Amino acid sequence: MASLRYESQVRGALVTGEKTYHDVTEDIVRPIEMKPSRLWKIGFTISVLLLLFGVYSVYREVAYGIGEWNLNKTIGWGWDITNFVWWVGIGHAGTLISAILLLFRQGWRTGVNRAAEAMTIFAVMCAGQFPIFHMGRVWMAFFVLPYPNSRGPLWVNFNSPLLWDVFAISTYFTVSLLFWYSGLLPDLATVRDRAREKWRKHMYGVLAFGWTGSTKHWQRHEALSLVLAGLSTPLVLSVHTIVSFDFATSVIPGWHTTIFPPYFVAGAIFSGFAMVQTLLIITRKVLSLEEYITMEHIEVMNKVIVLTGSIVGIAYITELFISWYGQNPYEMAAFKNRYDLSTPYAWSYWLMMSCNVIAPQFFWFKKLRRNLLFTFFMSIIVNVGMWFERFVIIVTSIYRDYIPSSWSTYYAPTIWEVGFYLGTFGLFFTCFFLFAKYFPVIAIAEIKHILKKNGESFKEKMVEEESASVEKFAHEHAHH
Amino acid sequence: MAIKKFVVGSFEDEQVLFPAVKKVRKAGYKIHDVYTPFPIHGLDQVMGLRDTSLHTAGFIYGITGTATALSFMGWVFTKDWPLNIGGKPHFPLPAFIPITFELTVLFSAVGMVLTFCYLCQLAPFVKKHHFHARATDDLMVMVLECTSRTNEEEAKAFLASVGAKEINVQVAEEGWWLGRYDKEQKLFENKTESSLV
Repeated sequence: MASLRYESQVRGALVTGEKTYHDVTEDIVRPIEMKPSRLWKIGFTISVLLLLFGVYSVYREVAYGIGEWNLNKTIGWGWDITNFVWWVGIGHAGTLISAILLLFRQGWRTGVNRAAEAMTIFAVMCAGQFPIFHMGRVWMAFFVLPYPNSRGPLWVNFNSPLLWDVFAISTYFTVSLLFWYSGLLPDLATVRDRAREKWRKHMYGVLAFGWTGSTKHWQRHEALSLVLAGLSTPLVLSVHTIVSFDFATSVIPGWHTTIFPPYFVAGAIFSGFAMVQTLLIITRKVLSLEEYITMEHIEVMNKVIVLTGSIVGIAYITELFISWYGQNPYEMAAFKNRYDLSTPYAWSYWLMMSCNVIAPQFFWFKKLRRNLLFTFFMSIIVNVGMWFERFVIIVTSIYRDYIPSSWSTYYAPTIWEVGFYLGTFGLFFTCFFLFAKYFPVIAIAEIKHILKKNGESFKEKMVEEESASVEKFAHEHAHH
Repeated sequence: MAIKKFVVGSFEDEQVLFPAVKKVRKAGYKIHDVYTPFPIHGLDQVMGLRDTSLHTAGFIYGITGTATALSFMGWVFTKDWPLNIGGKPHFPLPAFIPITFELTVLFSAVGMVLTFCYLCQLAPFVKKHHFHARATDDLMVMVLECTSRTNEEEAKAFLASVGAKEINVQVAEEGWWLGRYDKEQKLFENKTESSLV
């Protein structure tokens, strides 16, 4: 058995402090059983107020039409689609952490996967609002579904990337939800079985679906997680690929590029990890989970941020190079409209460049990677930068089309466009606050599973084994 | 679904549990189940459980999705309503790939989760007998089923000898029923324990 527990000392402990299985349960479930703190109530109230403002903004748009927004003849996609792509991008980190890192057997995912998956689901919920309300006549939104209808039946166009989006986003949402909830079942059962209040016992009893922890059930549960991870991995890549097709398959200079799918996927992971950092740095502090979401976790995620940020940087430079190398005058003009400081939106391009490409380079320094305040600051910077990336791609590619007479219009959002965006923040944080209060924010069973391998107290015992000679080590472990 | 009698023992460490399971099986006791707070790799093999076929089911659901997507889109664009879209082919396979892929994943994931819930009998409002409240916290609970040939006292003593703690005998429904966790429910008449053996 010892060999099964072997884990290299290169990685730091993933759970610090002397912990037993019961301690893990206590630490993670305690915040659920306590009364909500003052801070939680304040945060939750602000979120709900934002959400209500968003609901009113959407009401304006539904009641009075798209004219409530400042979209115009050339800029048919503005803040709404920018926000859509931004939220979908954020929604990529959760599945990446839980699925791809599960396949790669990365132990550190266990501390952060539950919260990251929840974040994914909420982000996709926010994202979905934008294309739906962008339709204008939202009561006809169901026309995007291929159902037998009385108009022929007239079917949807299966060749359209916008329709692929409908399938991609709804599949992604469904699969993420199933993945997240099937992982939650055992932990909800843990909360249920130690509940004292009647309502809590009943509520978690319903939510836990009658989970018992039977070995056969665990065996199936493991198989299910593994296959869902295997399915989610290409799924998460496909979703942002398809979102990028919305742009790449159109014949608009600045959009019509083959680099878009990998470039979008890298950007999505980049912004998603930044959002995970923002949320987890606060969560670990407020719920005192520093022993489970350790500096080690934060540093590893910062490494992912610097990697994906650099990939995004390479993509930006490649785009510029290809526009020059291709010598297509329209393509070159589209890019000149971004980087040329005399153009009206150049500020957004350079803001994007500094936030996404230059700023993350600080993470090459270990000291900064392990600095909480700096990481928190950077996580916000990255998401500002990634919002501007989508803004740059959308607005700067279309604000000067083929008719120079329409160039004079400067696109700036109305209060209702901004309100809709703020409203999705409200939705996102309302959901996240509820999740953090009523659900185990860390996968309890998974932490217990790695505790004896990666916990600090267990890891120390391995130092001796690791320093043993090769012959001795092989003699003791190899035959198992 | 039946009410049966069980001998229950708890373990604190999986290092003790593994040899215990082996010894209990060797001694000829019938292990009803072992309830653990987290997945313990290898325990299913030690208990002699066969591997799950859930992945196979997932594969079948997946190809069902592939076939559904391709045949439906093909039927719509070639038979039901053939539209001329810029003179492009009526069956443009590359353009069908994204939706085909998404439906493959969707069918497979939804199908597998439903199958998982069906096989493990998991659903809202489903209630089961829990042999030990700490089985979802920090104890590994081994449950032996009493058959007509089982000597209860012997079984308890044997469990103690292999390292189990808190050994007791429970009479319980082995299946599931619809119920609430905040209420104790009597599912059966209070029969004397001896009449059940």
